[in-house]
Amino acid sequence: MTAILFIEQVLNGLQFGVMLFLMAAGLTLVFGVMGLINLAHGSLYMVGAFAAAAVAGATGSFLLALVAALAAAAAAGALVELVVIRRLYDRDHLDQVLATFALILIFSEGTRWVFGSFPLFLDIPDYLSGPVTLPGGIEYPLYRLTIILTGLVIAAGLFWLISRTRLGVRIRAGESDREMIAALGVDISKLYTMVFALGAALAGLAGAMVGAIQSVQVGMGEPVLILAFVVIVIGGIGSIKGALIGAILVGLTDTLGGLLLPEVFKLFMDTSAASTTGSALASMLIYILMACVLIWKPQGLFGGQA
Amino acid sequence: MSRERLINAALLLGLAAVPLYAWATDEPFTITLATRVAILALAGVGLNIALGLGGLVSLGHAAFFGIGGYAMGILASHAQSSTPLMEAPFLIEGTKSMPVIWITALAASALAALLIGALSLRTSGVYFIMITLAFGQMFYFFAISWPAYGGEDGLSIYIRNDFPGLNTLDPIQFFGICFALLALALWLNARLAHAPFGLALNAARQNAQRVETMGLSPFRLRLTAFVISGAITGLAGALFADLNRFVSPTMFSWQMSGEIMVFIILGGVGRLYGPVAGAALFITLEHVLGGLSEFWHIYLGALLLGVVLFARGGVIGLLAGRKVAHD
Repeated sequence: MTAILFIEQVLNGLQFGVMLFLMAAGLTLVFGVMGLINLAHGSLYMVGAFAAAAVAGATGSFLLALVAALAAAAAAGALVELVVIRRLYDRDHLDQVLATFALILIFSEGTRWVFGSFPLFLDIPDYLSGPVTLPGGIEYPLYRLTIILTGLVIAAGLFWLISRTRLGVRIRAGESDREMIAALGVDISKLYTMVFALGAALAGLAGAMVGAIQSVQVGMGEPVLILAFVVIVIGGIGSIKGALIGAILVGLTDTLGGLLLPEVFKLFMDTSAASTTGSALASMLIYILMACVLIWKPQGLFGGQA
Repeated sequence: MSRERLINAALLLGLAAVPLYAWATDEPFTITLATRVAILALAGVGLNIALGLGGLVSLGHAAFFGIGGYAMGILASHAQSSTPLMEAPFLIEGTKSMPVIWITALAASALAALLIGALSLRTSGVYFIMITLAFGQMFYFFAISWPAYGGEDGLSIYIRNDFPGLNTLDPIQFFGICFALLALALWLNARLAHAPFGLALNAARQNAQRVETMGLSPFRLRLTAFVISGAITGLAGALFADLNRFVSPTMFSWQMSGEIMVFIILGGVGRLYGPVAGAALFITLEHVLGGLSEFWHIYLGALLLGVVLFARGGVIGLLAGRKVAHD
């Protein structure tokens, strides 16, 4: 294994991590502000990917596809919030889990009904395809590099939004005391719809960007959703900073674990046994990471109260 | 309360009567459907001990269901190929005997529940939901990437395992076994609910601090409930694998966890027979709606949404009145 391969995998891990961050940020915001656990967040990711694939197929423009993904996911999020989710805020978590599980069934089968069971493909545009040479002579796909940079820019924007703008002040106020900010004249239900739509838009964007690397298909959102849960548990619920650090930690662990564990096992096993044991263990690695964080800090790395 | 008892008795009798009628009229497929109901209800009864009694919303019970399934699959596949499971330090052979498989499934899933529970119960609320979901997924990916027992393709067992004195290949006899185990689990659940342990567990759900001041440890109560719950769901997994004569990683999937929870909510949360009513309704819907439309999950989702938003008592709540409201 060479240093170049290793650095490539670190970059892949980063790319995976920033995508997870886009998912986890929405989830953690929605949980922090509204106290809601939303299993249907993965469906919004899928909606974004399908909207992007459909628009890219019709117009051929990747930028329009991304705009469509953002708009469709935000619209779906706002609609779902208005019709279903707002009835769940003062319910217990069990009801929230089941209602959003029902939403997944509706979204997944609805999408299958409209688009069919076959995966769609979203092509990387010409100006983003091909490799780019990084300092040190490493060739890396330009598109993946763009994803990393986009993710980091969005993360920075989100931090700015939360800490510097009026909307951010309201979001933070809503996290700590919803009655008080309602009493101060803020339309709390409009705020909730906005936060939910914002989270949905981030998920939709992530779906569209990942959709160009993988295929766009029904059920693509749920594995990412569960990883985003792992990210939130590691980072601490409600913390955007925790979501970013947790996401990058999970992304790197997953990518590097798959690369390094078989190599480690080769030191004391024969090659084929090492690669099966190593890859089986690597698939569990992020959950083991989560267990370790839980033993050390049950509330996550940056979590305050539960 | 007596009205609920009446409904419970009717449910259990109905579940026994339908396959008996199908047996008399020679319709083995209906017997298989009823067997599925009994097995899935058993899985639901397992989860209901954690969820209904303990208030522990576990979204990872597919882990135990799958472990039970693989306990059956691994033991039976070794018996099938006549290779020992393990030679050193002592010899373990595969087996086709149901009781041995059940005990293995119970023990293995109880052990897994002990480990998962000990970690997950350090947290509560929404963390607990996410962590149990994540651990369930961990088993799923492990089962997929571990090639020794079929990996992604799963394991097929050609002949159903044996139970002394019975012909398990006869659908009605296999149904009888599953039904008896379900009845046993329901009886155990009812006993637990009224035993000091169940009362303390219920109290810990309502107010953990008060239980602590009584000198009891809510953590231990919950962990015990979680282990019992996981073990029963594991037993259901072994039966489910035996019914299909097939084990695959989908038994570990998070949709499975969701479905087991759906049985409880459809039947009614906090009701002893909720999982039975829920599983029966689910399988009936799957059969009827699945015949009408390829996309029957949309209707299932809409129904589930309706139950959660507007009819929180589920089927039993609808029939028996909302006496046992889950707080």
